[in-house]
Amino acid sequence: MYIQGYGILAAFIGFSVAFAFAALIMSWLVQPKAPNKLKQKTYECGMKLFGDSRIQYDAKYYLYALLFLIFDIEAVFLFPWAVVYDKLGLFALIEALIFIAILVIGLIYAWKKDALKWQ
Amino acid sequence: MKIIFTAIDIVYNWARSNSLWPLTFATSCCGIEMISASAASYDIARFGAEVFRASPRQADLIITAGTITHKMAPALVQLYEQMPEPKYVIAMGACCITGGMYENDSYSVVRGVDRLIPVDVYLPGCPPRPEALLDAIIKLQKKMKTESLLERKQYLEAHKPRVILSEDRDCEILLPNPDFEVIHWGVQTIGYDKDYKKAEVNCV
Repeated sequence: MYIQGYGILAAFIGFSVAFAFAALIMSWLVQPKAPNKLKQKTYECGMKLFGDSRIQYDAKYYLYALLFLIFDIEAVFLFPWAVVYDKLGLFALIEALIFIAILVIGLIYAWKKDALKWQ
Repeated sequence: MKIIFTAIDIVYNWARSNSLWPLTFATSCCGIEMISASAASYDIARFGAEVFRASPRQADLIITAGTITHKMAPALVQLYEQMPEPKYVIAMGACCITGGMYENDSYSVVRGVDRLIPVDVYLPGCPPRPEALLDAIIKLQKKMKTESLLERKQYLEAHKPRVILSEDRDCEILLPNPDFEVIHWGVQTIGYDKDYKKAEVNCV
């Protein structure tokens, strides 16, 4: 019985993939082709091209993104806690402080490792 | 055979004339009128022409809204060439049609965009009002509904923009776009061969 259910799913996936490729192949077959040198150039507002299309980003951005993510998640967790803070009481306060303390230890570690300096 | 092609043309013309996608191309104040025509009060969407494409690969129509300078000419020709056939041109405004107020003594303005690319509808005015642009689009739609695909292909073939690619040239010359030089239709004739393919001009 389970196999039958998966059979329908497989047929569905197969049909959708085939449909997508059929559309591409049909348009490739039917399309008029009139290439020339200017048409085949890369589109850049009609202007002369310069530089390379491949751009490298500095690994330093990655470090900042990581630190940002940690404090972003912290904010996400603390906002709902702050909304119902007066109903949760002392236990929740201590839990939140422990959570912040763990993140602060991480921040101190990153600080000591010079992760906050742009070098 | 001809009947079949006529039937196809009717369906095809109906479809493409009612979904005329223009290229986002505006070089001066006519562009403001064009933007106004696409906004709510004039609503170019009523004629199926609201999808201003940012890439010529998806556009059917180029509204050359504004003054075309000699420096802009290669960019315009390249954008026109990069549009898929069949393609249409509306020359919007006096500067586009003849050079307008720059016609007499400007060193930098192309005297009419029809020297570069074949124009289907001339839309006079300085600048023309958005209603006039809508009228031009309706006129272009009427034109599209009467023509056949084969005729259009022959027309575009006969009125191709004339360019000399730098690789066909023996020497380098100073150009706005170093890849090719634009030749003005019916104006520059001396020194070029019949097909405008290979020309040893401007070589010192």
